[in-house]
Amino acid sequence: MMTDKRGGAARSVVEGACVLRFAPHARFRFDEVRRAWVVLAPERLLLPDEQAVEILQLIDGERTVDIVIDKLAQRYEAPREIIAADVLKMLQDLLDKRVLRL
Amino acid sequence: MKEVEPPLALLAELTHRCPLRCPYCSNPLELARASAELDTASWKRVLGEAAAMGVLQVHFSGGEPLVRRDLRDLVRHATEAGLYGNLITSGIRLDAARLAELVEAGLEHVQLSIQDSDMANGDRIAGLAGAQEVKRRVARRVREAGLPLTVNAVVHRQNLDRLDEIIHLAVALGADRLEVAHVQYYGWALRNRTALLPSRDQLDAATATVETARARLAGVMVIDYVVPDYYAHRPKACMGGWGRRFLNISPAGKVLPCHAAETLPGLDFPSVTEASLSEIWYCSAAFRRFRGTAWMPEPCRSCDRREIDWGGCRCQAFALTGDAARTDPACALSPDHAVLGGAIADARAAAPGLSYRQHSAAALSPA
Repeated sequence: MMTDKRGGAARSVVEGACVLRFAPHARFRFDEVRRAWVVLAPERLLLPDEQAVEILQLIDGERTVDIVIDKLAQRYEAPREIIAADVLKMLQDLLDKRVLRL
Repeated sequence: MKEVEPPLALLAELTHRCPLRCPYCSNPLELARASAELDTASWKRVLGEAAAMGVLQVHFSGGEPLVRRDLRDLVRHATEAGLYGNLITSGIRLDAARLAELVEAGLEHVQLSIQDSDMANGDRIAGLAGAQEVKRRVARRVREAGLPLTVNAVVHRQNLDRLDEIIHLAVALGADRLEVAHVQYYGWALRNRTALLPSRDQLDAATATVETARARLAGVMVIDYVVPDYYAHRPKACMGGWGRRFLNISPAGKVLPCHAAETLPGLDFPSVTEASLSEIWYCSAAFRRFRGTAWMPEPCRSCDRREIDWGGCRCQAFALTGDAARTDPACALSPDHAVLGGAIADARAAAPGLSYRQHSAAALSPA
């Protein structure tokens, strides 16, 4: 497992080669009342914005983060490095919050 | 005023009965008896109404929710309605069979309380011999069942010096998350304030301990920690704002914006037996009374943080000033801010004796 000098020895760091999935007790689902996607996790409740929803919909426990970034760069016709920075930042945050896991 | 949004979460206080007697219990001084509790059918109806109006999470709490024999049925009903279920428990009575049936019913998460890392002092604070040992077994059981675990440690003057040990204990118990919760001074805790309020030095040491531990434990365990009101500069956004994010239902079925709201005079909180949750949330006078910013006095009214902290806590404003509509004295801009300094000075001089929570009929002699 990779480590980060900024964090503890057990802090995993998101890289392009990582394959992420939702943690066993995280639920990513569509809420009919709000007409919006929500993430439910232990004592956490996230209301992801449109861009975050597009990223999370590609998290399936099979695709690497690189593939997720490629797909989004294609979809938005945007420079890959800009998409990559946003995606890595968001996924790292959700990994630290234990909503996602490796 | 902006459109009122549906609530995100429901705190379902199934009962006030509890095997523990913690002197900072958040339940009211007047505890509801078993005979006053909502029945299974009413709770099921309410869980269904909650899900239909947009509630996403339900926290089964109390008292000790495990004393309700119908807990499994309620968890299952919540799961089937699409609610994300969390059990907030002392762990007493959570044996392997009981846990297995709750997991099978769809429970997603357990929040387990501990009173101290020191077993003897933990049991003394909980008012139950052997409690801390049971909790250690329960934590292991929860992890073995594959559920995420939050350890909740309520901290105060009589255990705060062991915070580093408490953090180590939570890691050893396999917690994914530790809530270091400073006592909030309402109800039982207000009665015991002089024995529980920490000193400034204690608090500063604790805050430094948390910061060190957070760096060490990144990726292992999340630590939630908030500086307590009595030493704060700005008030907490209590419940994320009155009637804005959360619903609380008392054991007897009163629908409240927070668990302490029944202490406020002049507000008539409707019961789930009188109206639907949705009507109560959107229409009742009690939920509208302090919602948004229109009710605010100065200095809140013109403050650029009015939609960040929402005026702080109504119950604290009432407990400390006698007026629920004043600015929370936890704010340094409040004209009443000095009352907190007075309480801190009183605590410095006081003995650490505790008054334990109990049902009122057992407390005929004055405390």
